[in-house]
Amino acid sequence: MNAAHYRRVGDTALVRRWLIGTAVVLTVALLAMPLLMIFVQAFSQGWSTYVANVLDEFTLSAIGLTLLVAVLTVPLNLVFGVFFAWAVTRFTFPGRKLLTTLIDIPFAVSPVVAGLLYLLLYGNNGWVGQWLGEYDVQLMFSWPGIVMVTLFVTCPFVARELIPLMQQQGREEEEAAVVLGASGWQLFRRVTLPNIRWALIYGIILTNARAVGEFGAVSVVSGNIRGETNTLSLHVELLYQDYNVVGAFAAASLLAALALLTLIAKSFVEWRQSKD
Amino acid sequence: MTQTLAAGSLPRKKVRSVTARVLPGFGLSLGISLFFISLVLLLPMTGLVMHTAGMGWDNFWFVVTDPRVVASYKVTLWTALAASVFNCFFGLLLAWVLVRYDFVGKRLLDAIMDLPFALPTAVAGITLATLFADNGLYGQMLTAIGVKVAYTPLGIVVAMAFTSVPFVVRTVQPVLEELSPEDEEAAVSMGASDFTVFRRILFPALWPAIVTGGALSFTRSLGEFGAIIFIAGNMPYVSEVTSLMIFIRLQEYDFPAASAIAAVVMAVSLLLLLLINVWQGRYLKRLHGGA
Repeated sequence: MNAAHYRRVGDTALVRRWLIGTAVVLTVALLAMPLLMIFVQAFSQGWSTYVANVLDEFTLSAIGLTLLVAVLTVPLNLVFGVFFAWAVTRFTFPGRKLLTTLIDIPFAVSPVVAGLLYLLLYGNNGWVGQWLGEYDVQLMFSWPGIVMVTLFVTCPFVARELIPLMQQQGREEEEAAVVLGASGWQLFRRVTLPNIRWALIYGIILTNARAVGEFGAVSVVSGNIRGETNTLSLHVELLYQDYNVVGAFAAASLLAALALLTLIAKSFVEWRQSKD
Repeated sequence: MTQTLAAGSLPRKKVRSVTARVLPGFGLSLGISLFFISLVLLLPMTGLVMHTAGMGWDNFWFVVTDPRVVASYKVTLWTALAASVFNCFFGLLLAWVLVRYDFVGKRLLDAIMDLPFALPTAVAGITLATLFADNGLYGQMLTAIGVKVAYTPLGIVVAMAFTSVPFVVRTVQPVLEELSPEDEEAAVSMGASDFTVFRRILFPALWPAIVTGGALSFTRSLGEFGAIIFIAGNMPYVSEVTSLMIFIRLQEYDFPAASAIAAVVMAVSLLLLLLINVWQGRYLKRLHGGA
């Protein structure tokens, strides 16, 4: 290692200590303290109040709806993400660049605008909404609408994790497998999947985190009916606006716990990836 | 279809067009991708286009130049800019510390960097509002020195900065890791000061990544909603962001006005997305230019 012999910028003990110190202090103030604050507030009236808040009828139904949204959107985006990454990394065709730019739209568009797009199309004034209305199908202000906008905001995650990795790995192994007579499914299961599994898991973790926590888009199409169309994020807002701060933080602590699990899972996946 | 597409790209990339026929699933994967993108991303945009086109130019202009809406553009733009500039400095510092030094708790510091993406925005919103409220932990300290953050545009800056922390860190980190040490070590050993070496050798290599991260942070901040509404106070003309304006128009059932403002926001974000993509393409080409 050359680095051990030559001095580089910022190697002086003073600079080093000062930079690490500033970084740690800023991170604790900006990121760690807010995280800690969620749990401090949630438990501020004791354990029994916390349990009562979490087991509240409306909180439980919000948890149920949130899980339903995740269970429906994550697998759909998983399938789409894999096919999309396969199409744009394994083949060359006109419009490939455009396609990879299009997939970024949900990252650039404000969640409120995303919700509005769906409301304008599927709401009572929208052309699809009017047509569906004739058959008494109401998608907006009910759970299918929440699932639809969540699908919109989370659709890039799996594809965006897979594309750089699959590009970097190239297609030689897969071509060899095809030449040796592997069927499409065998090719995917035996060759592609083992190579991309950690990136795939990472994509699923990110999709799940966003699907569970989405707020802006969901609040446009939800209608906020307590016990019916309230996701956990919306429930947090509702309790907070009702000045039930401790209740709001109790619900928020569930989401924060999930965020912590997400970070741990992410670190684990990165550690496994670096071992492969 | 596959044949013609492959033949079309034959003169430029001979090898690739051959592999297009070797690997299976071109039709299926492209078909599913196009179907999904059309249904989930593109079809919903037709609603916005139809609602906006139906209102006529004069009406559209009247709605999007309403003084309260214009005030919201201004607040959103300057707060997003301030938050992104903060994140450029913070991100560079954190990327530097995480790449260059070894210390106790480094892995923890690295892991918590992603918290803003993992934590739902509404949760971030109520937490920041509680911390920065006048009787909150930070609010008390800041009030003592005469700074008011909660329920002012400064609160918007805090919320935007929080939600977009990871962008600059995560774009600068890999670039810093792959930077070859030769030039830097040569300059240092010949007696150049750390500051000079940073300015003349390191910064020129890092700034494209800093700009990319900053632009991503800016785009995200422009659209942020959940984290902001709790801490901003949402006073008309003072601390209302544009995404909240759209939300308010919707609650008034003024769909044309909501669509018009959304069309403006959408146009700006799509333009930014395009610029970032072009910029990244160019910058990546320059990185691989030598190869």
